[in-house]
Amino acid sequence: MEIYVTEISKYVITFLIFSYTVLAFLTFKYRTEKRRKWLYVGQLVSMFAMQMACFIQILARTGQIKYAFFFAFQIIIFSSAIALFYILYPDGNRLIMNNCCMLLMIGLIIVTRLSYDKAIKQFFIITFSFIIGFFVPELVFRFNFLKRFTWLYAAAGIAAIGIVLILGAATNGSKISYTVGGITFQPSEIVKIIFLFFMSAAMYKAEGFFDLLLISAAAAVHVIILVLSRDLGSALIFFVVYLALIYISTENLGYLSLGLAFGILASIVSYKLFSHIQVRVKAFINPFGDIERSGYQLSQSLFGISSGCWFGLGLYGGSPQSIPYVEQDFIFSAIAEELGVLFAVLMALICISTFLMLMREGYYIVDKFYRFIVSGIAVAYIFQTFLTIGGGAKFIPLTGVTLPLVSYGGTSVFTTIIMMMIAEGVCMIRSEEHYEAMEKKRRRLEARQRAEEEA
Amino acid sequence: MQRKKHRPEKRSYPIIVLSAFYSVLFGLLLIYICHYAYNNKQELLNNSYNTRQQILLAQNTRGKILSRDGDVLAYTTADENGKEKRVYPFGKEFAHVVGYSTNGKAGLESNYNYYLINTNIELQEKAKLEEKKLKFPGDNVYTTLDVKLQEVAYNALSARKGAIVATNPKTGEILALVSKPDFDPNTISEDWNSLLADTSTDAKLLNRATQGLYPPGSTFKIVTSLAYIKEHPEDYKNYRYSCNGRFSYEDETIKCFHGENHGNVDFISSFAKSCNSSYANMGISIEKKIFKTTISDLMFNSELPLSMNYSKSSVDIKLDTKTSDVMQISIGQGSTQVTPIHMNMITDAIANDGVLMKPYLVSSIKSDSGKVVKAFSDERYKRLLSEKEAEILQGMMEQVVLSGTASKLKDLSYTAAGKTGSAEFTDSTSDSHAWFTGYAPAEDPEICVTIIVENAGSGGSYAVPIAKRIFDAYFGVE
Repeated sequence: MEIYVTEISKYVITFLIFSYTVLAFLTFKYRTEKRRKWLYVGQLVSMFAMQMACFIQILARTGQIKYAFFFAFQIIIFSSAIALFYILYPDGNRLIMNNCCMLLMIGLIIVTRLSYDKAIKQFFIITFSFIIGFFVPELVFRFNFLKRFTWLYAAAGIAAIGIVLILGAATNGSKISYTVGGITFQPSEIVKIIFLFFMSAAMYKAEGFFDLLLISAAAAVHVIILVLSRDLGSALIFFVVYLALIYISTENLGYLSLGLAFGILASIVSYKLFSHIQVRVKAFINPFGDIERSGYQLSQSLFGISSGCWFGLGLYGGSPQSIPYVEQDFIFSAIAEELGVLFAVLMALICISTFLMLMREGYYIVDKFYRFIVSGIAVAYIFQTFLTIGGGAKFIPLTGVTLPLVSYGGTSVFTTIIMMMIAEGVCMIRSEEHYEAMEKKRRRLEARQRAEEEA
Repeated sequence: MQRKKHRPEKRSYPIIVLSAFYSVLFGLLLIYICHYAYNNKQELLNNSYNTRQQILLAQNTRGKILSRDGDVLAYTTADENGKEKRVYPFGKEFAHVVGYSTNGKAGLESNYNYYLINTNIELQEKAKLEEKKLKFPGDNVYTTLDVKLQEVAYNALSARKGAIVATNPKTGEILALVSKPDFDPNTISEDWNSLLADTSTDAKLLNRATQGLYPPGSTFKIVTSLAYIKEHPEDYKNYRYSCNGRFSYEDETIKCFHGENHGNVDFISSFAKSCNSSYANMGISIEKKIFKTTISDLMFNSELPLSMNYSKSSVDIKLDTKTSDVMQISIGQGSTQVTPIHMNMITDAIANDGVLMKPYLVSSIKSDSGKVVKAFSDERYKRLLSEKEAEILQGMMEQVVLSGTASKLKDLSYTAAGKTGSAEFTDSTSDSHAWFTGYAPAEDPEICVTIIVENAGSGGSYAVPIAKRIFDAYFGVE
């Protein structure tokens, strides 16, 4: 009996995520949320059905009732989060919210399979993040003065990651996190948001080349501190966000190529300077050469991805736990192994649809500050996704960042949910602009009509 | 007015550019992942650091390896405690080609490990077995090997060291693959330490047919002849040489086998009688550029189209190679080294009118319930020589049987063609490795064999009789 459940559910799961993904891309056909309504309904059905199919597989393999309770709690939290969002923010973008929940669900499923305790922890973090996160869109919508703090953001950000660097140096290691009261958190994740606000506010006000230079210097301080703290992944993300925002605000390809050239130069210099970067590059070129040490993680990750076939080995069917740090850095490999390469690819496409939707919001919004914020969030999100998936698949060298929303890790999940909620706030502002424009148009029409009548 | 101003401001081209850039980047990444995962799954599964192999072995019983007629060459049994043992019913006969799966892996057991430990039986079957708490049977590997031919070849080599390869030149199927000295795969675990400790020249674990590098001796005259034909496509028949048992040029002297005096010879009889002096003379006349291209056309110093472990054959000829070395190379001596399977592939190509079919050992993979998981078919590798060149060489190889060194194959119920060789491997003794490479029937080749018997004597006396036994067995002559 069990074998029927696990074998058939494999195909069902893949089909459900496939239909979800197709619906996600179909939303781009329509400009208003109202017209997308039925697509969203279809997404919700696929999403919860997929979650159910996965938990049936988990139950069939483990036979433990605690998973059923856990599943029930997840249903409650996710359905109420989605319902609440819909009621509170009818002008928010529901695709972003749905994708967010879908990825969190996938993450919870695979983390449950890897470690039940960690999954419970993750579940509480998600709940907590949603509770905080629900205030965020309203705050972004109301607090127009957020664009005024420019250099305060930079100071706060540099201070936060600077302290980590100094503390890390004192403890003689690559420390990139604080532990306060049993909860470990990684400041570079939170500083990512502050940095986004800094860049957006600064570029919003920037006039002339001197301002650009000053902003670049501040961004460089961020990046250098992160490189020195050995947090390569974050350093790269900050740099790429900086580049993207420079490009979007100046619309000048020259600045982009200048920045890119400088970035390449800096990478070469840091490659020469830091041995840990050399080790990573060596492992990337041939992970099997030093399989016992530097190449171990990457080769285990490749074993995982390649053993899954298209439809995966089924949950509990493989051995993803043989990859070190699988819940954080290599969650994609675990997913490819047990849920299948197709599933993993479709999941990556969902990430792309979130990215494109954020960019689209950035494209249509008139207020430049919010355009920078939302496109900055989009680039930070997709680039981090690219780093972790590409790193685990030997497409690029490993940088050791998490897969946003899917990977286990409190700060990462919290930060990404907050970022998405900021984006939702921006969406509301965009809707408001839209309504205002329509109102203006209506008034103008009325005025013209009146004028015609009078004439 | 205001509307016009408003519109262009809304557009942000950088956003479109960045969206397109990241979409393309992800597209490439995802294509790469699918491609990588699909193409490397076998190799990665076989990596000894990959623990998934243990998962599959715990779930599935290793599949069987079978001959072309369905005889079981390897299977797994379990005792009442569930302890598994791999059994090889033919013992040493298929030792190298089938290989072993404990103490590392070799042969088919290694190359087809992925299929042997995976299962493709139907879901209902799996459910039934699962209910009985039984393991699933792994997929079975159906080979192209012919038990009868393998047996004859194995026995014909008797206690001597050497190797035999038999193939079908028209399809590329490998019919027999023997290497001696051998080992018993049934007791490989018990014998492992003594096999490793053995430092004599026996090298029992080495598959000499594919990995043994030998001086080709006179069989290499096929290559020299081809180079000469390429240089003289019209007038090669006008070649004449007067042999007095030795050929000297500058300081180097080449002797004919056992100093035999062949008298006046032409191109064909030089080949049939295997006259070293004549070939040394011919070799130095060939333009080195032509010699070089002939050698690379025949896949020397390069990879072979084989999906098994093999050694690379080598011939060291450059534009500035010394004349004395060219003389040695022309008769297959000196530093030239070749594997028996490579010599077999060259013969295959000649027999098949110049086209080499890719040699293969496995015809299909089937699940235990008989469903075909993967089928391998005949595959043309490429043309190694022109049809006309092949035809000329075929005629020459027929003459070797009719009027030359392989006369033991003359006047039989079938016709044969080939080339003998007696490769001297040290200067101190007069002993030589006995070679024969040839095919039958001469007019429409069905089987091509290559034989090397180490340290036996002349090819005509020691390798040709083995070829005869294999041909006899193939054509059902008692």
